[in-house]
Amino acid sequence: MFFNEDHNDIRALAREFAEKELAPIAQEIDQKDEIPQRVYDMMAEMGFFGLKIPEEYGGMGLDTRSYVCVMEEICKVSIACSLVMSSCNSLSTAPILLAGTEEQKKKYIPKICSGEEFMAFGLTEPGAGSDAGAMTTRAVEDGDSYIINGRKCFITGAPFAKNTIIFAKTSPEKGAKGITSFIVDMSLPGVSLGKNEEKMGLHGVATSDIVLEDVRVPKECILGEVDKGFITAMKTLNTGRIGVSCQGIGVAQGAMDLAVAYMQERKQFGQRLADFQGLRFMIADMEAKLNAARLLVYNAAYLMDMKQDVTKEASMAKYYATETALEIVSKALQVFGGYGYIKEYPIERLYRDARVLTIFEGTSQVQQMVIASQVLGK
Amino acid sequence: MNILVCIKQVPDIEKIKVDSAKKVMIMDGVPNIVNQYDTYALETAVRIKDADPSTKVVVVTMGPAQTKDALKHCLSVGADKAYMVCDDTLTDSDTLATSYVLSAAAKAIEEREGQPFDLIFCGKQAADGDTGHVGPQLAEYLNYPQITAAMEVTVEGGKIKANCQSDDGINVISAQLPVVVTMSQTPYEPRYASVKTKMAANRAEIPVLTAADLGLDAAKAGQGGSPTKVVKTYVPERKKGGVKIEEETAEESVAKLVALLSDAGVI
Repeated sequence: MFFNEDHNDIRALAREFAEKELAPIAQEIDQKDEIPQRVYDMMAEMGFFGLKIPEEYGGMGLDTRSYVCVMEEICKVSIACSLVMSSCNSLSTAPILLAGTEEQKKKYIPKICSGEEFMAFGLTEPGAGSDAGAMTTRAVEDGDSYIINGRKCFITGAPFAKNTIIFAKTSPEKGAKGITSFIVDMSLPGVSLGKNEEKMGLHGVATSDIVLEDVRVPKECILGEVDKGFITAMKTLNTGRIGVSCQGIGVAQGAMDLAVAYMQERKQFGQRLADFQGLRFMIADMEAKLNAARLLVYNAAYLMDMKQDVTKEASMAKYYATETALEIVSKALQVFGGYGYIKEYPIERLYRDARVLTIFEGTSQVQQMVIASQVLGK
Repeated sequence: MNILVCIKQVPDIEKIKVDSAKKVMIMDGVPNIVNQYDTYALETAVRIKDADPSTKVVVVTMGPAQTKDALKHCLSVGADKAYMVCDDTLTDSDTLATSYVLSAAAKAIEEREGQPFDLIFCGKQAADGDTGHVGPQLAEYLNYPQITAAMEVTVEGGKIKANCQSDDGINVISAQLPVVVTMSQTPYEPRYASVKTKMAANRAEIPVLTAADLGLDAAKAGQGGSPTKVVKTYVPERKKGGVKIEEETAEESVAKLVALLSDAGVI
């Protein structure tokens, strides 16, 4: 209903890649906290980093549903392996596509699609999470440059980013309407990194603070108009929600597959777990909720491809798919009993990896605020 | 260099389940894929093209309409052109009839492409029939030399050199082109398609060749042209476990074996 032959072929390609290349090393990635460069090289070569990017900037020029197909298949096996790809298709490039000049688009985006240069997204601050408008990072005009001071936190990929999109207040008196976005070269004097965060899950993709101390950024690195950066940030996060919702349905399906296989094998009290009615009810619930979540995600992607406003649909997809993913992953782990609590079993990793989904790129509570304001008005 | 790769679409045997009660294979819902040895053959051809970009790689298959999916896959991983031989009269062809049809297809494609093939690759055998007949028979029909079960090849100065798998080790065989080579497993894995090549393959035109296009002799193709008759298909009985003799010393083991054979009246 939502997908054509191209979508199905792209999904098959992503599934083959995930099963053959990622599944055998997903546990090792978690344990070693490192994704081999080869994985990124292959993903870039297959075109996964630029699925949604227009062809003139080195991408594939495909639609949101193509992106959904690839994300879902990869996240069945490893959400960690989807993070850089998701960023390249969304947080790294959407601000440039939305607000950048033609020159900026041509300069930065092709190298993001080819995997040569990673672009991080620096919005969150220690004191400004959901309330991003409360940021305190300042950018002060100085001749042909701006001087930036501040600290960004939880920045995915900051340690290996060539550039980062930094949001900073240029007119603090105007609050959220005084924020400007800049493309900041990470090798500029005054840019430094905090320590790599020790995350609960999603091992393999380093996350750290970015500290900006008197960083002189040339004016040509301003992304969009001065004081209009917050709109760029919010629009970017709107498109990003569908990506996170895919991580939700992907990991939930991965957990279901593990639980179902285990239930058909494991015997207790002389019968398979799959033969216990109580567990059958549980699996039925999980399957029904997963399919409901999937339809919300597919619907939001479809409407986005039809160029409709998906503010509410994307928030509903992100909210429901990620909350449901937590429930499904948790129940799947329950099926494994004590084994589920042991790191040797992949379900343990899926459980930890999934936990962040209701938090990053807009918490569930922020999604509820968005949905409610669409229903009730602000 | 002009290369033809003959491929076959087969069921993905890893996904076949067996109904142990009825002793039959459950084929419902089993996806079709390109026969694995044929993917090694294609990858080998595409690697020759990587080294010499003037090389052209054409794939051909014989089968029902659904085999188009297998050809599309081949186009997405490096083949330049694909032809499908599809005709109801060819249904139930055995390996000899298939080899005959493929030899005719090779000639017809050479004519259409305006260039003779220097190299014809096949997989050494197919996952479904497992006969390994088609490649050698195709070489006979074409009157070309043949190299079977190659693992790696190098082509230079109108000659091919192949490392071939054998029970005793590796045979290094060389032959003049044109030649038919059947490929075993290669030390390298077939490449993945990219999103771009997948999309292009979906839009590629795949010409269909019929029995009439190939000017086939009906007596040599299809069921009527197939000398092989399948008498029975069955799941073999599982052999009972044997006796393992593992005494402290070789002498004791021999003594026990002799006693067992003697008791059984064998000696």
